[in-house]
Amino acid sequence: MMELPNLAPALPELLMVAAAIVLLMLGVLRRKTTSGTLSALAIVAMALAALLVAGQSGERTVTFGGMFVIDSFSMFAKLMVLLASIVTLALSHAWLKAESLDSAEYPVLVLFATGAMMMMISANNLIALYLGLELQSLSLYVLAASQRDSARATEAGLKYFVLGSLASGLLLYGASLVYGFAGTTGFDALAAALKGAPPLGAVVGMVFIMAGLSFKISAVPFHMWTPDVYEGAPTPVTAFFAVAPKIAAFCLLMRVLTGPFGGMAAEWRQIIIFVSVASMLLGSFGALLQTNIKRLMAYSAIGHVGYALIGLAAGGPDGVRAVLIYLAIYLAMNIGAFAVILSMREKGRARETVDDLAGLSKTHPLMAAAMAIFMLSMAGIPPMAGFWGKWMVFMVAIDQGLIALSVIGVLTSVVGAVYYLRVIKVMYFDEPVETLDRPGVMPLGLVLGVASLLVLLFNLLPAGLFASASDAAASLFGG
Amino acid sequence: MSDWPLLSIVTFLPLLGALFVLSIRGEAAVVARNARNVALLTSVATFLLSLLIWFNFDSSSAEFQMIDQARWLPGYAIAYKMGVDGISLFFVLLSTFLTPLCLLSAWQAVQVRVKEYMIAFLVMETLMIGMFCALDLVVFYSFFEAVLIPMFIIIGVWGGSRRIYAAFKFFLYTLAGSVLMLLAILEMYFDARTTDIQVLMTHAFPATLQPWLWLAFFASFAVKVPMWPVHTWLPDAHVEAPTAGSVILAGVLLKMGGYGFLRFSLPMFPLATHQFAPLVFALSIVAVIYTSLVALVQRDMKKLIAYSSVAHMGFVTLGIFTLQTQGVEGALYQMLSHGVVAGALFLCVGVIYDRLHTREIARYGGLNSRMPVYACIFMLFTLASVGLPGTSGFVGEFLVLLGAFQISSWAALFAAFGLVLGPAYMLYLYRRVIFGKLVHEDLKAILDLSPREIALFAPLVAVVLWMGLYPASFLGPMHASVAKLINDFQLVKTASGAMTGTP
Repeated sequence: MMELPNLAPALPELLMVAAAIVLLMLGVLRRKTTSGTLSALAIVAMALAALLVAGQSGERTVTFGGMFVIDSFSMFAKLMVLLASIVTLALSHAWLKAESLDSAEYPVLVLFATGAMMMMISANNLIALYLGLELQSLSLYVLAASQRDSARATEAGLKYFVLGSLASGLLLYGASLVYGFAGTTGFDALAAALKGAPPLGAVVGMVFIMAGLSFKISAVPFHMWTPDVYEGAPTPVTAFFAVAPKIAAFCLLMRVLTGPFGGMAAEWRQIIIFVSVASMLLGSFGALLQTNIKRLMAYSAIGHVGYALIGLAAGGPDGVRAVLIYLAIYLAMNIGAFAVILSMREKGRARETVDDLAGLSKTHPLMAAAMAIFMLSMAGIPPMAGFWGKWMVFMVAIDQGLIALSVIGVLTSVVGAVYYLRVIKVMYFDEPVETLDRPGVMPLGLVLGVASLLVLLFNLLPAGLFASASDAAASLFGG
Repeated sequence: MSDWPLLSIVTFLPLLGALFVLSIRGEAAVVARNARNVALLTSVATFLLSLLIWFNFDSSSAEFQMIDQARWLPGYAIAYKMGVDGISLFFVLLSTFLTPLCLLSAWQAVQVRVKEYMIAFLVMETLMIGMFCALDLVVFYSFFEAVLIPMFIIIGVWGGSRRIYAAFKFFLYTLAGSVLMLLAILEMYFDARTTDIQVLMTHAFPATLQPWLWLAFFASFAVKVPMWPVHTWLPDAHVEAPTAGSVILAGVLLKMGGYGFLRFSLPMFPLATHQFAPLVFALSIVAVIYTSLVALVQRDMKKLIAYSSVAHMGFVTLGIFTLQTQGVEGALYQMLSHGVVAGALFLCVGVIYDRLHTREIARYGGLNSRMPVYACIFMLFTLASVGLPGTSGFVGEFLVLLGAFQISSWAALFAAFGLVLGPAYMLYLYRRVIFGKLVHEDLKAILDLSPREIALFAPLVAVVLWMGLYPASFLGPMHASVAKLINDFQLVKTASGAMTGTP
């Protein structure tokens, strides 16, 4: 008789998947269950999962024959992902209802995708990695195309699907090469096998895996889908795409590069540096002429990925910690910015150009102030939290002697400041043309208030985040 | 009283006032009136409290005084730390002195978004004071950068017709300069393992690293000062900013660069400072002569004063890099004097701008017959600006020249030439605005200064005369700190000279 694997470490993931299946059944079989109820239930499920994750000890535990691992790193990353999913789902409902897109499948897909992200974060084997990534990607493809009647959204979904499948193919091909040359798919075994002088085939395989993951974090040169999908997908989906999957894929990338490929740092570091520079340059210059705020946020995301990659390029526990802090801050400011974008409607119609924000400081002063805080934070101006994210990544880069990378980084951040300031200019210096509708207070007000205070007052209590990111980063290096 | 965190109180009191203003609700007119009153009250209280710093200041000591500190980032040697010495003391006072005047000057000129305007100025005051008091590089950098935010808003919201261009130019120029400084700060952290300014001042950075760090800081401060050729943001920002914005810009923000040189470049990178001093000399002299000539042909009053600011700040950088006690004290004095005088001149322009809504020099003339009090006050500040003995401008320029002569008589000669050009453009401006025939019809009904405006100028007049007639009360507290700065510098220079065998 087969022995059952230890399920306890994977309890949050099991809960997520079970909840997704139950909600799906509920949506299909009990037609009168409203999407609002389903969303609320999904949020409750995710909150429970977050509690379960938070209750974990942080000690490194593997299960499913070494396929699945939990440690402080996975806890930190999963909490970020769950938080992002909860908040974006809570913000989505009003928008989707207004556009009559509030299907029962939406919260279910978010649940599946989030559960998959958690599996990605805990993957300790190339097969587990692929499984998590594919479940997540498939859910996201459907979400991107969920506005079936809009040509733009369908195009975005199709584009995302075709390019995403290509990336998955690359990743799978790379994984097979690595398996062929190293003879194993387990991360721990790979790390042992690839120490010293790795075989060329494994290096090529690793490059393919990195290409596949770069696609998921929308790093240049695998970013092409990002502006189109961000623009085409319904705004709540964009908000979802912008945060949770990025964080999950980034954490997966960190685990893969520091774990199984830790011995090949010399090889992957050059690639990360190139990808980082290219992303920062494209992210900052590409956004300059955008008029659609969702497209602008897409380029902004590409740029931020470039900055976070600086930390990874520096490597080591300090580098990973810098990236985790960067991601946590990115989460707060991005969710805040998307909360504002989601509430942009005029006479009931969703608006999404930068100019629609004209005069927001007069018509909606609090919303404008919050948005200004997020924009300044993204530009990395102190005292906002975003400054600390940049500070951390540049700090490890300087420590590792990556001077040229840092100089390019800070200079592109000046270019980036131009478009973030443009949003502030539109809100504060321009006169209102059409007044945007007054959005509902909840949950928007809560999200905006909490996010903007966190970003603005981050200086007061940075120690907590720094300490937990330290633990998380150390656990990735067996500390 | 001595165990109170006085500096932190002075720094954050305006912010508290800003929060209070933020909470004001009600009818537009009532909100505006209350916002003005609360803001003015807060800034006056801040000024009075900041006087306590001066009274409690021990002039005989060169060390930092009234230090407040708190733990901040435990894992790193980064802490919240504030303190003043003879160099920063008067910059704090300058900030607290000018802010109430700025608020008062906007009493009637600003009628839209009064509440936001007052908040912006109070936040700005907190950031300025904090920057001058900061004794930790990260705290300093945070304040230094954050100042851009309220100024960007002030220029962009209440500015003139090209305000958006000016606001962006201002923000991006200064940001581009300071991000390089950020990298230098990180490098310094890894070299010294702390960002405590007091420790860094005694830390010997490797001679090979110093030039790079110096250049990175220079990039930031040169833009702020501003030095030729990165000064072009200043005329635009000044012309488009509202009057009070110009006052703060000229009065305090430009001093952040000079202060930075004195606080960081000189004591922390002495070898590089020595090495690059000729470069700064050359740039300063170009600034003094070139921008004076440019000022001579301006048609816009604010632009003229803006260019004169660049020239005056050229004197300041010249004085700092003489690396002599007189030169540095002169530079400090010149900065304080310029802060008051340039601020006052912008207020003078503001007075007639409020009446006629134009800054074009040709639109004025013959004001002496209609506005005698105004003509008198404007005359005083014009003369203070050109350095007439008995006014504040004289002391600084004289000391700077004295220092410069000991280093290079050529530099002093060229700088003195700038002193001749100064009166040329300032008196030319004065003649065209105040004297001559009253030809423009709309000037015939122009009113002289109101009591509010007289109250606005009275403290400025008093300070300008006080600084001119009895400089000892300002030079006294500065002296110990400046002497220590120069002494430490000379020690390092001699030590390194002895090591490499060059004099």
